[in-house]
Amino acid sequence: MFEPRAKRIGIDAIVGNGILMGTAIIMLLPFIWMVMVSLTPQGEVYSGSIVLTPTLDAAQANYGFALSRAPLLRYMLNGAIVCSFILVLQILIAAPAGYALAKLPFRGRPLLMAGVIIGLMIPIQVPAIPLYIGLAYAGLLDSYTALILPFIISGFGIFLFRQFFAKFPDEVLDAARLDGFSELAIVWRLMLPAAWPAVAAFSIFSVVAHWNDLYWPLIVILRPEMMTPPLGLATFRQSGDSAGNVGALMAGGVIITAPLVVLFAFAQKHFIRGMTMSRGKTL
Amino acid sequence: MAMSISFAPAAMKASYRTVQRRAGFFLAFPAAVLLIIFVLLPSSIVIILSLTDYQLGLGDTHFVGLDNYTSTLASAEFHKSLINTFIYVAIVAPLSTSLGLILALMIEARTTLKSFYRTAFFLPVTATLVAMATAWEVLLHPTFGLVNTLLAGFGISKIRFLSDPGVALYAISAIGVWKQVGFNMILFLAGLSTIPKELYESASLDGADHGWKRFFLVSWPMLGPVTLFVVVITLIRAFSDFEAVLVLTDGGPVRSTAVVLFLLYEEAFRYFKIGTGSAIAVLFLMFVALISWLQWRIGERQIHYV
Repeated sequence: MFEPRAKRIGIDAIVGNGILMGTAIIMLLPFIWMVMVSLTPQGEVYSGSIVLTPTLDAAQANYGFALSRAPLLRYMLNGAIVCSFILVLQILIAAPAGYALAKLPFRGRPLLMAGVIIGLMIPIQVPAIPLYIGLAYAGLLDSYTALILPFIISGFGIFLFRQFFAKFPDEVLDAARLDGFSELAIVWRLMLPAAWPAVAAFSIFSVVAHWNDLYWPLIVILRPEMMTPPLGLATFRQSGDSAGNVGALMAGGVIITAPLVVLFAFAQKHFIRGMTMSRGKTL
Repeated sequence: MAMSISFAPAAMKASYRTVQRRAGFFLAFPAAVLLIIFVLLPSSIVIILSLTDYQLGLGDTHFVGLDNYTSTLASAEFHKSLINTFIYVAIVAPLSTSLGLILALMIEARTTLKSFYRTAFFLPVTATLVAMATAWEVLLHPTFGLVNTLLAGFGISKIRFLSDPGVALYAISAIGVWKQVGFNMILFLAGLSTIPKELYESASLDGADHGWKRFFLVSWPMLGPVTLFVVVITLIRAFSDFEAVLVLTDGGPVRSTAVVLFLLYEEAFRYFKIGTGSAIAVLFLMFVALISWLQWRIGERQIHYV
């Protein structure tokens, strides 16, 4: 190399930042455009203009239209109820099992571990048909139960907790037992607080997966008042109510995407951990 | 639940053991039962259903052997969906893996704005796909979409991205890459962060202090296990993706975006052909199992550097 090193690094930085910034703009374009269109009068969007000028009136019209034609707040409430029940039940069931697998000798432990690992591998599309038939026979379709029940057992959760709990020192457990802690109390009062990074990451993984899921709600839900945000938005998009009103459709998109994006801004680190720890690989 | 403490240490230890065994059983019991009810049992039942002509609500069910498999494997519809899936995976898996790696390396080399780039690239992974797909639909709109307006600026005539049978699958694949690339980037960044600094130092003593040399001598061999993981995850995810198809094209135009899992959804939950749907589900399960087995086999043979 003939150029001085410092200069080369300077050029590297400019080229590198230029490419990354360009890519970032492309990656963020759907987000930017969704927000812009939701704030812009319809006529201007249809003119195919490159620069959109948001107005307060248009924002009120678009968001007002979306909220009045589609029960978006009801969808969000459903999403919040379903996600919280799934998460709480998942932890209630997975944490004790993870502890038992990590620290307690019991008959059938290797069998359960094998079951957990097989469960980790199986995508929801495989058991979906029998689960649907079972829920149909039980008369549970179109209910919160149908949205929640199949997901309360998380092989990933059990595996993750087992990995974290296994590192916990046995001496502390013995001391706690001498202090009169029951095994269940050890799980809730010692293990879970100590494994809080795993709990946080798992919570985010779980909430993101179930807030965003379209497949399962689409199968088991028909009544609008039971719909979750993605199913509600997809229905709004296809219904005559949104026909042609792109601004309102984008407003709906902003409303249902906002909670996770805002949460992401605050808990980025946990988000990334939670989302990348899937399939039992801890990175 | 305080335990009674006996004075004899040996007896105490033995009773501890029994208490722990019993506790372990009770703590694991709910999870084991639910795992069977909601995962293992339904996954076995789907295999049985795939061998029958079961129809929801009808009593008369017959064992039909492998009929559902032979008719599915012979149907033009399945062939079409297999080709569509193959094209989709062949675009999404290599592009999102290589772009993820390139972006990770470029971000790693920067000193400023690192967290901004990470956030920008990862955001599509967390955002609700249904909402983002409709945003893409507006961007790709044939008459007023931004992408077509920009293309027109370059003298390119308008493209009906989602309604032209020759283009729609590629548009859906582009959305698939957009959704997956940030995820792969984060995995590669995590892999890069585990490479010991000393390796780069000794590489620079050998003259590989920069750019490609450094990459091929140090980073690439060290990223082996992460790359394997990324490839497997991306293959399985690309095979399972069909939400954008469901929302934007409904398999059309003229079945050009009907991928295998979309076909599974249609057969089982639109036409309620449970036998056919189950057969496709079992074929999908076999694919996932095969990929996982290959990962395990390759991973076992791989040389571990750390």
